[in-house]
Amino acid sequence: MNEADLHAYVDGQLSEERRAEVDAWLAGHAEDAARVHAYLAQNHALRRRYAGIAAEPLPPRLAQWLTPRPRRWLPFSSLGRIAASMALVGLGVLIGWQLAPEHTSPAPESDASLPRQAAVAHVVYSPDVRRPVEIGADQEEQLVTWLSKRIGTPVRPPRLGELGFELIGGRLLPGAQGPVAQFMYHDASGQRLTLYVSTENTANQETAFRFAQEGPVNVYYWIDGRFGYALSAGIEKERLARLAAAVHAQLTQQP
Amino acid sequence: MIEPRALATVLPSLRRYARALVGEPAAADDLVQDTLERAWTNAGRFRPDGDLRAWLFSIMHNLRIDGLRRAQPETLPIEELVTEPPQRAEQEDGLALRDLDAALACLPEEQRAVLLLVALEGLRYEEVAQVLRIPVGTVMSRLSRARERLRASLSEQDTPLSPTLRIVK
Repeated sequence: MNEADLHAYVDGQLSEERRAEVDAWLAGHAEDAARVHAYLAQNHALRRRYAGIAAEPLPPRLAQWLTPRPRRWLPFSSLGRIAASMALVGLGVLIGWQLAPEHTSPAPESDASLPRQAAVAHVVYSPDVRRPVEIGADQEEQLVTWLSKRIGTPVRPPRLGELGFELIGGRLLPGAQGPVAQFMYHDASGQRLTLYVSTENTANQETAFRFAQEGPVNVYYWIDGRFGYALSAGIEKERLARLAAAVHAQLTQQP
Repeated sequence: MIEPRALATVLPSLRRYARALVGEPAAADDLVQDTLERAWTNAGRFRPDGDLRAWLFSIMHNLRIDGLRRAQPETLPIEELVTEPPQRAEQEDGLALRDLDAALACLPEEQRAVLLLVALEGLRYEEVAQVLRIPVGTVMSRLSRARERLRASLSEQDTPLSPTLRIVK
């Protein structure tokens, strides 16, 4: 018996045959058995302690590395870091804010996280000056093709010109179970609006419009079968409601 | 050439390892981001049939060493560094430490790295040796010391450390 084999036993790195030999040894050597037991307990404790992190959705500044892009489009160190710290400030505002009274009713798991995810994505990307979207409205067909392919179903940005908002473009974001699309719009004053389109809803129910106030961001959201939609902006509720109605009307006409 | 799908598989465990190694969430994510940036810069050097996870862990390790060297006076040999990241709580020597985080933080960095790569990330000893660019024997001795030290920290009473490798007949 040697020390290295005892560790290998703990870490499952022994052959079947050798494992059986160590088993037999430990049955007759209480002190070594106690150590092995302690080491196994440490392994379990470490995995339990840190399991959650691997299961968390990636923060945007890390998730963006997963979108296959030509290298020149990846943000470089200082810019990425500044955007990330801006995002963290925005997140701090969101997390510190109490939910408005309208949103006190408990909602199903997939439902409750949709406005929060959309609001976070809004806070992260809408302040961006240099690169708020990945593909711009000037290449709308390319945007539509790319997003539709990646989220697995046709998706087209609604037209909101009559209500004063023009499309800036769109990007792909990591959702809990797969990619989600985000379209960004702006009005003449520079106010930005984002539409978050997720195809990962598994609760298979429809909901009427719901309103959530996530800090400084108002969100109207609804679920339509597999799809979850959320419209986010820092504008007053009534104006957002009219925009949400327009979005809903156009999207339900899509095949 | 880094395949995005392969990166997506590896990225969560890279993040988890960084968090356990560094302790503070934002600093850990900074380390991951720095690792990804360096990986992209050197992406041409990565062979498609190579082990992406090991390669990324190795880049992270190098960055970590560089960062630690900058923070410490040069007279200390790197192996003797007992790093206490400021964000972790200080614990008095000799007290029973029931808190796993605190016990981990009290390990010298090079022992903590080996323990986490083995126990948390499930790397084989030979892989750890490659990632950290040390002989397998050194992996085993650091692993052994880390485990005994952790065992002492987490137990109800003081346990004398017996970290040396020995052959038992």
